[in-house]
Amino acid sequence: MNPFKKHTGIVTLLDLPNVDTDQIIPKQFLKRIERTGFGQFLFYDWRFIDGKKPNPEFEMNADRYRGASILVARANFGCGSSREHAPWALLDYGFRCLIAPSFADIFYNNCFKNGILPVKLSESQVETIFQRVRRTPGYTMTVDLEKKKVTSGDGLEFGFEVDDFRRHCLLNGLDDIGLTLQHEGAIRAYEARHPEAAPFPARP
Amino acid sequence: MKPKTMFEKIWEAHVVHEEAGQPSLLYIDRHLVHEVTSPQAFEGLRLTGRRVRRPDLTFATMDHNVPTTDRSIPIEDAISAQQMDTLVRNCKEFGIALFDLHSPDQGIVHVIGPELGLTLPGQTLVCGDSHTSTHGAFGALAFGIGTSEVEHVMATQCLLQDKPKTFMIEVNGQRPFGIEAKDVILSIIGRIGTDGGTGHVMEYAGETIRGLSMEERMTVCNMSIEGGARAGMIAPDEKTYDYLKGRRYVPASAGGGFAAAVERWKRLPTDVGARFDRVLRIDAATLAPQVTWGTNPGQVVSIDARVPNLSDFPDPNARKSAERALDYMGLQAGTAMTEIPIDRVFIGSCTNARIEDLRHAARFVKGRRVAPGVYAMVVPGSQRVKKQAEEEGLDRAFIEAGFDWRESGCSMCLGMNPDILKPGERCASTSNRNFEGRQGKGGRTHLVSPIMAAAAAVEGHLVDVRQYDLKNEP
Repeated sequence: MNPFKKHTGIVTLLDLPNVDTDQIIPKQFLKRIERTGFGQFLFYDWRFIDGKKPNPEFEMNADRYRGASILVARANFGCGSSREHAPWALLDYGFRCLIAPSFADIFYNNCFKNGILPVKLSESQVETIFQRVRRTPGYTMTVDLEKKKVTSGDGLEFGFEVDDFRRHCLLNGLDDIGLTLQHEGAIRAYEARHPEAAPFPARP
Repeated sequence: MKPKTMFEKIWEAHVVHEEAGQPSLLYIDRHLVHEVTSPQAFEGLRLTGRRVRRPDLTFATMDHNVPTTDRSIPIEDAISAQQMDTLVRNCKEFGIALFDLHSPDQGIVHVIGPELGLTLPGQTLVCGDSHTSTHGAFGALAFGIGTSEVEHVMATQCLLQDKPKTFMIEVNGQRPFGIEAKDVILSIIGRIGTDGGTGHVMEYAGETIRGLSMEERMTVCNMSIEGGARAGMIAPDEKTYDYLKGRRYVPASAGGGFAAAVERWKRLPTDVGARFDRVLRIDAATLAPQVTWGTNPGQVVSIDARVPNLSDFPDPNARKSAERALDYMGLQAGTAMTEIPIDRVFIGSCTNARIEDLRHAARFVKGRRVAPGVYAMVVPGSQRVKKQAEEEGLDRAFIEAGFDWRESGCSMCLGMNPDILKPGERCASTSNRNFEGRQGKGGRTHLVSPIMAAAAAVEGHLVDVRQYDLKNEP
């Protein structure tokens, strides 16, 4: 996994609450057996008309947001299906950081596993960013995970909270399977004392 | 000793390792796997040279992608077929039991887990699917995970987890006739919103919940995720033990430890005086059949209500969401819900495709006909449900009424297989999500209970089932 320390990029907007993972990556694209190549299908039904022409009414499609790598959205982003194809699609499209007042649990978790930083800010802070981005074409921000701060050249500065362990893993790009395997002794001891972890006989 | 919730007891019994400032390392008793969220996890194991630590605790089936038409015909969609073949190869390579397309045990992962007795009280159970919350109906801690976590469980049989908060939802009072488990959970989601349970594990309690059958409890727990919760659970009781007894993977009654297991399970329910972070109380006697009008499961009203007005939403984001939903759904504010015509009916999904669901719907359609112009289909949750329904003659009731009777799978709940709505088509559906495009691009979904779906098929529009004298029908 790529570490995330500090990232500066163009900010784009998705002005809807409760964006579900079915919208982030519709089901017809879940049939691939790889982790890559999902970016072209990101927000597919919203981004494109008839699957081809970019939809001019979808804010993110505007030229001013080209190359954006920070997505700012409304509350409960990523609700619904557990599909990790959603963060894979966001990452493949170029997003490294998501900002919203809240995220759904499974999606939030999935982001950290893929080197994407989801930042929770208050409704009013998110609203401030929406207004500044709309006023200023090419608006960029810097997200600093070490300092837990979101800043911009116009003086905007918001601190954010993130769990220390998740922050540590993301800063260092740690693979948590590797971390868990360091507890092999504890896992083995647990399996020896826990009835449900006894060898499970094959049944007809 | 400090009184504990059922969740706390199960959590504490599964902690393998704990350190201040870190998530807990939790042992996972059962891992269920399906074709869509597993290929990248298996590939990850191969790339790192890792094995599945406990193939004996891991079980796979194929459900999301499978066609619901004749299984003897080759699968037309080459990419779907490749995903299923990949699962077959992976299960073989890593030594995992697979209930494949042609197995009599095949079905939706959350239907077959309980059927086979893979889900037991007091366990931790995970699957790369958000509706894993279903299994909480047995007093298990069951939750959906992403593919990276699927790989983590495969490699370690553990997960790193932050301890969620607890949310008790107590439902008391006599359910009026025509009010099903689906109406109970939809009305809960309507009250708390689709993010009301975020960061929490729900425990459903109260006399109404105790009165539900095991299958009805599964319907309630299934949709916990639609209220944003990590998991939903219901304390095990005699109904739970009766359901489990004799199932394939349950300890055998004769000398297999079933009685001892029951004694352990009896210690699981929440202690008197245990504290929850949040509590919601609902009176079931006041409930009406529920139907969604919008594009998330929280946008729901009683069937005797009207499509809401934008002025009903003081919060600007909720208003924006409602405005968009009304536009997508093609609905006018103020329209009576019962006047909304439908084109399609789907009875199926991990929420409502078990035998009792099909019995309720079949009993209604017997002697009635699907309205002209409506296409209605029944997709049993598993091959076992299908077989039992056929033994009971439910298939004939559906077919004679004009329903299409299919093979088991997820089908039009998410439309990964060919079962989808056409743009603009409106469907009364027993599934769990009414998101934009969920059942097909441009398709419009109204979530309802099985009997409400059956009634909508017959009338050609959404209908209040309480208008029928069902108690006195044969």
